[in-house]
Amino acid sequence: MSKKMHIKLNVNGKDEEFLAEPRELLIYTLRERLNITGPHIGCETSHCGACTVTIDGKSVKSCTMFAAQADGAEITTIEGIGNPDDLHPLQTAFKEHHGLQCGYCTPGMITRATKLLEENPTPTEEEIRFGMAGNICRCTGYQNIIKSIQAAAAEMNAAKEAAE
Amino acid sequence: MIPAAFEYYRPKDIAGVLSILEEHGDDARVMAGGHSLIPMMKLRMADVPHLIDLQDVGGMSDITVGGDSIRIGAMVTQADIIDHEGLTTAAPILREAALQIADPQVRYMGTVGGNVANGDPGNDMPGLMQCLDAVFTVIGTDGERDIPARDFYEAAYMTAREDEEVLTAVTIPLPKGGWAYEKQKRKIGDYATAAAAVQIVKDGGTCAAASIAMTNLSDTPVYSEAASNALVGTAVDDAALGAAVAAMLGDIDPTEDNRGPVAFKNHVAGVILRRAIARAWSRA
Repeated sequence: MSKKMHIKLNVNGKDEEFLAEPRELLIYTLRERLNITGPHIGCETSHCGACTVTIDGKSVKSCTMFAAQADGAEITTIEGIGNPDDLHPLQTAFKEHHGLQCGYCTPGMITRATKLLEENPTPTEEEIRFGMAGNICRCTGYQNIIKSIQAAAAEMNAAKEAAE
Repeated sequence: MIPAAFEYYRPKDIAGVLSILEEHGDDARVMAGGHSLIPMMKLRMADVPHLIDLQDVGGMSDITVGGDSIRIGAMVTQADIIDHEGLTTAAPILREAALQIADPQVRYMGTVGGNVANGDPGNDMPGLMQCLDAVFTVIGTDGERDIPARDFYEAAYMTAREDEEVLTAVTIPLPKGGWAYEKQKRKIGDYATAAAAVQIVKDGGTCAAASIAMTNLSDTPVYSEAASNALVGTAVDDAALGAAVAAMLGDIDPTEDNRGPVAFKNHVAGVILRRAIARAWSRA
């Protein structure tokens, strides 16, 4: 066993400090150490994107980053995006447009989609498909995920316009 | 999924990196974005007792577009390449290729330096850099040296970089003329079944210069001087395309895997190269 490291993270606005072995993957830190079990593990080859979180403004597959690498980072998971009493427009849209079935890819999908819409608030269908290509879904066939993201984009843009 | 234990280092400068490399030799390895190395560690195909994270080392994340060359720091990510307007204007083939590499999440993390230094023939940037006649700068305890991309790749995962050296930057002569990076793959994020990087200069209706390199069709990227020469002086008509493809096929050496048998890969390589040349020519 290698020497444990002192690691500080800010996850969903809350400071976390702990000792971890360098080999601890961030997805395990979130799920097993911090009990943030929305991000999931769907593969071991960095393809599926079920573990996607936002780290310092980037969509990252947390299975492909060590907690030690993230030391000092700000992390947002699905739990920090919205909750049952205060859904994010993407969460509402996934519900209304049937953008999920088993729900296993959904936390990674929605977390990735928040960043996609931040970078491109008015994406075309093609841009959504390409922008979500790092997230695999076994249930939906993607069609309703696209619709959900389109609906959320429209909702968020309308809300932004109303606020201005 | 579970990597073996290792010691982790996050030095602040290159001197710190080199001293760890020197102390631990083969047992130490640098990590950039981690999106080739960590997957290999998770499968226990890479054994890295001492892991040196380069993220805090300054001076390796800049893109500099100069009058006759472009310098890209090794820690520049694929996402940085895609987002950089000046770079896209100066060398649009880089953005075209980067958009065909991996997926959004991987592109936020994966770096140009890691892509070219990895040594996996599946990586796209090595062939691209050979097409562009890039030079890789590596630094070791004896100082810096430059290695042309066309001389860098020796075999799968074997490159001209010594174990105690770190690749710090890629320098590209400002590309001229039309361009194309054409990649055949099974799906998003897949390494190429075959890919071609082409830069081509048109003078009147004649090809004045051409550069062609192929990806994942040998145990290294393949710069095909013969294919490039087959186009120069021609009107890039069907006969010239056929000659370039024939010359390229003489330089590649694909192996059978689940992307297909050798005959298929040769066929796809020809189709991809024709498409790449046609698109580059149309932009020249």
